[in-house]
Amino acid sequence: MRMWFVCRFCCPAAQSNSNPEWEAKVLEYFKGQLREKESHSWVPSLNDVPLHYLKPNSLVKFRCLVQDMFDPEFYMGVYETVDPSTKANVLRCGKYKDVTECGVDLNSRNTVTAERQTFYCVPIPGESPWAKEISFLSARVVPSTSYVPSRQKRSYEEDDDDMDTQPQKQREPHTVMMGGGGEHPHGNGDSKRQETEAPSSQTTAPSDCSSHLDLNFPLPGERGPACLVKVYEGLDSFKLNDTLEIYGILSVNPVLTVIVYPHRDPSLLLLNPTESMETPEEQRAHDPPASLVPRLHMLYARPLQHNNPLLPSAPTEDQSAFVSSFLVEMASVRAELLAYLTHVLLGDGLAAEYLLLHLISNVYTRRDVLPLGKFTLNLSGCPLNSYTERLYQIVQQLVPCSYRLSMSLHTMNSMRLVPKKDYVANRLVSGALQLARNTSLFLDETQLEQGQLDSSGVRNITALGNLISWQKVDYDFSYHQMEFPCNINVLVTSEGRSLLPSDCQVPLQPQVTPPNMEEYLTTIHMAQFTSQINKFRVYLSLARTLDYSISDEVTKAVEDDFVDMRKDDPQSVTAEDLHRMLVVARLLSLSLGQTTLSRDGWMRAKHIDMLRRSRTEQQKSLNGNEP
Amino acid sequence: MSSPTSTPVGSKPSSDGLASPPSQRRRGQDSSNGDLPAMPTSPATDIASPAVHDTSLFSSPRRSVLPSEVDMSSPLIGVRGTPVRQRPDLGSARKAPQVDLHTELPSADGAVASEQAAGQKLVIWGTDVNVGTCKEKFQRFLQRFIDPTSNEDENAGLDLNEPLYMQKLEEISVIGEPVLNVNCSHVQSFDADLYRQLISYPQEVIPTFDMAVNELFFERFPDSILEHQIQVRPYNALKTRNMRSLNPEDIDQMITISGMVIRTSQLIPEMQEAFFQCQVCAFSTRVEVDRGRIAEPAVCRNCNTTHSLALIHNRSAFSDKQMIKVQESPDDMPAGQTPHTTIVYAHNDLVDKVQPGDRINITGIYRAVPMRENPRQSTVKSVYKTHIDVIHFRKTDEKRLHGLDEDSDQKLFTEERVQTLKELAAKPDVYERLSSALAPSIYEQEDIKKGILLQLFGGTRKDFSQTGRGNFRAEVNILLCGDPGTSKSQLLQYVFNLVPRGQYTSGKGSSAVGLTAYVMKDPETKQLVLQTGALVLSDNGICCIDEFDKMSDSTRSVLHEVMEQQTLSIAKAGIICQLNARTSVLAAANPVESQWNPKKTTIENIQLPHTLLSRFDLIFLMLDPQDEAYDRRLAHHLVALYYQSEEQIEEEFLDMAVLKDYIAYARTYINPRLNEEASQALIEAYVDMRKIGSGRGMVSAYPRQLESLIRLAEAHAKVRFSDKVETVDVEEAKRLHREALKQSATDPRTGFVDISILTTGMSATARKRKEEVAQALKKMIQSRGKTPAMKYQQLFDDLRGQSEAAITKDMFEEALRALADEDYLTVTGKTVRLL
Repeated sequence: MRMWFVCRFCCPAAQSNSNPEWEAKVLEYFKGQLREKESHSWVPSLNDVPLHYLKPNSLVKFRCLVQDMFDPEFYMGVYETVDPSTKANVLRCGKYKDVTECGVDLNSRNTVTAERQTFYCVPIPGESPWAKEISFLSARVVPSTSYVPSRQKRSYEEDDDDMDTQPQKQREPHTVMMGGGGEHPHGNGDSKRQETEAPSSQTTAPSDCSSHLDLNFPLPGERGPACLVKVYEGLDSFKLNDTLEIYGILSVNPVLTVIVYPHRDPSLLLLNPTESMETPEEQRAHDPPASLVPRLHMLYARPLQHNNPLLPSAPTEDQSAFVSSFLVEMASVRAELLAYLTHVLLGDGLAAEYLLLHLISNVYTRRDVLPLGKFTLNLSGCPLNSYTERLYQIVQQLVPCSYRLSMSLHTMNSMRLVPKKDYVANRLVSGALQLARNTSLFLDETQLEQGQLDSSGVRNITALGNLISWQKVDYDFSYHQMEFPCNINVLVTSEGRSLLPSDCQVPLQPQVTPPNMEEYLTTIHMAQFTSQINKFRVYLSLARTLDYSISDEVTKAVEDDFVDMRKDDPQSVTAEDLHRMLVVARLLSLSLGQTTLSRDGWMRAKHIDMLRRSRTEQQKSLNGNEP
Repeated sequence: MSSPTSTPVGSKPSSDGLASPPSQRRRGQDSSNGDLPAMPTSPATDIASPAVHDTSLFSSPRRSVLPSEVDMSSPLIGVRGTPVRQRPDLGSARKAPQVDLHTELPSADGAVASEQAAGQKLVIWGTDVNVGTCKEKFQRFLQRFIDPTSNEDENAGLDLNEPLYMQKLEEISVIGEPVLNVNCSHVQSFDADLYRQLISYPQEVIPTFDMAVNELFFERFPDSILEHQIQVRPYNALKTRNMRSLNPEDIDQMITISGMVIRTSQLIPEMQEAFFQCQVCAFSTRVEVDRGRIAEPAVCRNCNTTHSLALIHNRSAFSDKQMIKVQESPDDMPAGQTPHTTIVYAHNDLVDKVQPGDRINITGIYRAVPMRENPRQSTVKSVYKTHIDVIHFRKTDEKRLHGLDEDSDQKLFTEERVQTLKELAAKPDVYERLSSALAPSIYEQEDIKKGILLQLFGGTRKDFSQTGRGNFRAEVNILLCGDPGTSKSQLLQYVFNLVPRGQYTSGKGSSAVGLTAYVMKDPETKQLVLQTGALVLSDNGICCIDEFDKMSDSTRSVLHEVMEQQTLSIAKAGIICQLNARTSVLAAANPVESQWNPKKTTIENIQLPHTLLSRFDLIFLMLDPQDEAYDRRLAHHLVALYYQSEEQIEEEFLDMAVLKDYIAYARTYINPRLNEEASQALIEAYVDMRKIGSGRGMVSAYPRQLESLIRLAEAHAKVRFSDKVETVDVEEAKRLHREALKQSATDPRTGFVDISILTTGMSATARKRKEEVAQALKKMIQSRGKTPAMKYQQLFDDLRGQSEAAITKDMFEEALRALADEDYLTVTGKTVRLL
C-alpha cells in the first residue's frame, strides 16, 4: 500500500505549495519507513520482477552499479497548467516525474526550474547466481501480491489516468508508431516479443529481449534491466562504479521514447536545430524505449558495502551483533574452508592457504598512489584441460561477484576491457574492467597461446597490468585518459610464471592426481552442504570488513625481525618482501578473526611466506631458465 | 525604429509619460512588421535616410532625456550606412517567459510610471538597466580605462598608460575588423555595478554597449569604413569558471567556462528572417524568426487576400550557425565522476573558429529551452534543453606552436591561497618540507626527492635567439636507475599525478610515433590531422618514462632533440613542422643484469647511449644501501604505512593540493635571475669541477654541467619564491649535482668521480688501461721476432703470464681489436697473423 503513497503525497503538496519543506519531509518519511525492519522486502525489486508486472509510478528498488553519469538536466520543478474541468490555473509539481501534463504555461512566472542528473545504472556486473537467488527468493512473493491488489485498488485512485491502468494497451499505439516510422524494426519486434513472451516465462531473467539494443553492460552475456536513474539530492556523493540499492518511483511513460522520424521535414529541421543536433545514436543512448530501460526517480539510495545477501547490509546494530556472534565461529569455519580449498587445489595446503588470503583481500586505503591491502595471487602450474574453469566455478560459488576472463589471444585482441567514451552517442561504452568493488576477477592465462598481440591486445594487457599494480583503470576519453581507482581481487592462473605482475606467486604442487578431474571436483563440490557453503560465503565477506591494527610492541618486533633478516643476507629480503609479508600478516590475522597483529601472527606469516619462497626457488631451479 | 507601430524616436523625442515597454516584447513587434535594418545578405537602400537621422540623434551624448524606445536588435545605423549585423548570439533564442501584453502591461506600466515620477528613471522592462546611464558609463569606461599592469598578449604593442580601449578602437579603424573584445574584469574594476548588469542582463546590456561604442567610434573616426558596425564581445566573466557549477540561476546570464571541444557540427544556415510574397499582388513582407518559429502572415496587408503569402527561400535572410560540444577539462573534475558536456552554439564569424581537441574558454549566455510540445502527445517531457550562445572564444593553448604562453596557464589563486603559499615560502625549511611532502609513501631517498622537486619547479626561461643560440633549456631532466623494486615506478606515478600536464608512458609500450606525433586521416572529413604524442602533450609539463632501457633505439633517438632543443621536428605525409616540446623528462631505467653491478659503470649497467645520458641533468641511483640503521628506519616506515590512520598522515605531511598550488604559483609568477655573487659562485663551482679532473688528465666537467647547475640554482630560488638566485641556491645546486655525480659517475675501478663516464661512455682510467694492455701485447709480439702466425689461446696465456695485473679474456680481445685497428695484425678464427 505504501507505494501508492508517492503520487498522493507529492501532488497535493505541490499544489498548495505552502510548505517549502515538503521535499525534505518526503525523503524523511521514506527513509524512516525503509529503516523499519523487513521494510525492504515489501518493495518489489526491479532486478527480479519483470517490468510489466510492476505498476508505473509505484515504489520499487533496484540494486545496481552506476555505469555512466549523464549531463545534468534542468526540469520544471513547479509548473502552471490549466485544469481542463475548472479552467482554473493550477500549479503542479514536476519532481519525481518525467512528463508534464498538457497545456503547460511556459511563460508563467511561477515556473520553478530545478536541476537533476541522470545516472545510467546496470545490475551489478558478474553477480553470482547464488547471490541473486538468495536475495530475490525471499522477495519473490511480493510482486505477485502487489500486482493483484493494484487492480483492485485502482478505483481509489483519484488522479487515475489510462496510462497507469493498462500498460499493455498503452504500449500498443506506441509500438505501431515506431513500426510506422520504420526506424526501429528491432525495437518494434522487441516490445512485441516482450508483450507476448514475458508473462509465460516468469522464471527467466526479466526483459531478456534487450539484446538488440545495446544496454551497455560491462560484461558480455549479462542480463537484467538497465535503468535511467534520476537523481535529485546529493549529486556529489555519488561516484562512477558505486554499487547502490536505489529506492525510487518507477516511470515507464511511452512519451519518453523518442521517435526518430526518418524523413524529417526539412523545414522542421531548419527551424528546430536544438532537437536535430542530437545524433540518432545519442538519442538512442539517452532516451531508449522506456519499456526496455525504465526510468527510476530516486528517493533514497543506500550505498552497498557488499552484495552478499547472507550478511546484514547496513552498518546497523544488527550487523555488529551478527559480527560478534560470527567471530566466535570464525576459526572453525576457516579450518573447514581451508580443508575444502585444499581438496579443490588437489591437496596443496599452502596454495589453499594463499587462495583463502587472496579471497579476503581488499584495498583498504591508498597512500598517495599506492593502494594498500591488495593481494593479487598468481597460481602457477595449473593443470590444463578445464581445471581452471572448474576452479572458477568453485570460486564463483563462494564470492558474491566474479568474472572469469579467459586470456586467449583472440579475446585479448578483440575484447574491450577499458571503458571508452563514445562522443557520438555521448556515453561511456563499458568494458570488462568496469566492475564493482571487491569483484573477483579470474584471469585464466592457461588459455593463452603463442601468437601476435595487436595494438589493442597490448593495450588490454597494459590495462590488466595497471589494474594489478595500481588498482586503477585509465578510462579512454579519446582526448585524454581519466584514472578511476578500483578495488578488484585479481587471481591469475597460469602454467608457468604469469606474464602479468602479481603480489605473490604460488606454484601449485598437486598431491593427488585424480584420473578424472571433472568427476573429482564435482564430487568435492557436491559433498558440501548448502549451509556449509553459506557459512563460507559469510566468512569471506565478513573477514574483509574487519578493522585491523598493529600495536607498537609488535611494530618493534617486526622491525627487529626485518633488520635481522637483512643482516644475514641483504639480498634475500627487500622492502618489497616486507610489504608483502605485512599484507600476508594482516590477511592471516583477519582470516582468524583477530583484529590486531600478534607476534604469533607475524611468525606464521613469515613462515608461510618462507615456504612459498622455497617452493618458487625450487621451481626456478627445476626449470632452470626462468628468470 | 522604423517600424510603423512603435513610436518613431525622432518625431517624439520627449518620451514623457509613456511606458518603456519591455525589450523582449518590442522585439517581438518588430518582427511582425517587417522593415528591419539591412542584413549583409540583402543590403537595402531604404534605410539610409532614417540612418542619418538616427545618427544625429545618438551622436550627442549630452541628451538628458532618453528615448523611450531603444531597439536593441538594431542598435544604430552608422554614418554612411555602415550596416548593422544582427547578433544571433544575443537574440536568437529569446527568454522563454514572455510577457503577456494584456495582463501584464498595466502593472508594469504603473511600476515604471511611478518610478519615473520619482526620479526620472527609465529601465528596460524586467531589468534595472537604464539605457542612457549604461551607455554613458560604458563610454566613460572606454575613454578612461587604463591598466598599466596588463600582461595579456592581446595588448602587446599598446601603450599601457593610455586608455586601453581607445587604442583598440584606433586599431579597429586601421585594421577594419569590427569586433571589440572587452575584458570583464576591467569592467568590474572600473565600475562594479556596470559589471553586475552586464553579467545579469547581457541580452540588454551588450546591445547598449554596441551602441555606445559605435557612437564613440564614428565620432572619432568619421571616415572609417567597416564591413558592419562594431560588436562588443565581452570575455572573462568571472562569475562561473567551471561547467559543473552551472545551475538554474545562471540561465540567461553571461558566463565564462573552460573546457575542451569534442565535436563540431557542420555549418547550419539558420533563418533569421523569412521573406513572404503575396501570390496575388506580389506584395512582400518580412517576418523575423521568433523562438524558432515563423508566424506566417495569414492575410496580405496590401490586397487583403487570405492565405496568399508564400515563403521565398532565396530572399530570406540566413545566418551561419554551428553546434559545438564542449567537455569539462579533466583538471576541473572531482575524482570518480565522469566529465560533463555542454552544447554551445557559435554564430556568424565564430563558426569554425575551434576544432575538436582545442581547449577553450567560452564566454556566452546560458540558455534553457523547454521541450517543444508535440501535438500528437498529451504530455511533454518536463526537461529543458540547455546550451550556451557563444559571444567569445579564447583558446587556451593557442600559442603552443609559437612563442611563450605563460599567461595561458594562469591559474587563479585566491588571495588567501596566495597568502598561505607565501607564508609557507617564508619558512626557512620550506625546501625540506616540500621535498618530504613529495611521495611520502616512498621512504627516504631525500636527495632524489629534492632533485625531483627542483625538476617540478624548473629553471628560468631564457631567450638567446637574437644571439643565434635559440632558447636555452629551462627544464631539468632526471634519470633514475637502480635495482628493480626500489619504488622507481611509484615515484614516477606520483609525479605524473601531481603535475597538471604530466604524461606517463612505459618504454616497453611506446613507439617513436606514440611519443612524438603522427599524422592521421580523420575518418569523417578525410582531412589530415596531426595527432600529438606524449612528449608534445606534456609541453610545459613532465613526461614520465618508465622502463627507459626497454625502449627501442629508434624511439630513444627522438628524445635527443627533445631533451636539448626542446622541439620536435616532424616531416610526415606532407606535413613538415616543428612542435614545441618543452617538457622535462623523468625517466627510470633498470640495470641490464636485473641487479645493479657495483663493479661496473653506470653506462655499462644500463646500456644506454652516452649521448642521451649526458642530456640528463641529474642521474640518481636508487640502490639498496644495505645498512642496519637504514633497514630499521625503512621497516618502521613501512609498518607505519600499514597501520597509521589517515589523520596521522595528514598531520605529518603537506597536503598534495597545497603542493600542487605551490608549484603552479612558483612556475607562473617567479622568474629568478642570477645575482652577482651567485654568478661568481657558479663560475667558481665550474672551475673547481674542471680542476678535479685536470690533475689526473681527465675532463670532469663540460659546459653542459654548468648549464645544469644554473638551472638547478634557479629552481631552488623558485622554491624559496625568490626573484634572485643567491649563493644558497648555488650551494644547494652544487651539492645536489655532486651527490648525483657521486652516485652515477664514480669510476668503480678508481673510486673517483669521472664525468667522462657519462659524456663518452667510458672512464678515463678504463681507456688508459685498454691502451696499456694493447701496448703490452704489441711489445710482447714484437719481442718474439718474426712469427707471422700465432695461436690465439697461446698468445692469451703468454700475455697473462707476463702481465702483473689480471687480464680477462675481454681485455685481451679488446687489445687485439685495438691492434687490428692499427693494421698491425688480423684475427682469423683461432689464429693471429701479423701484417
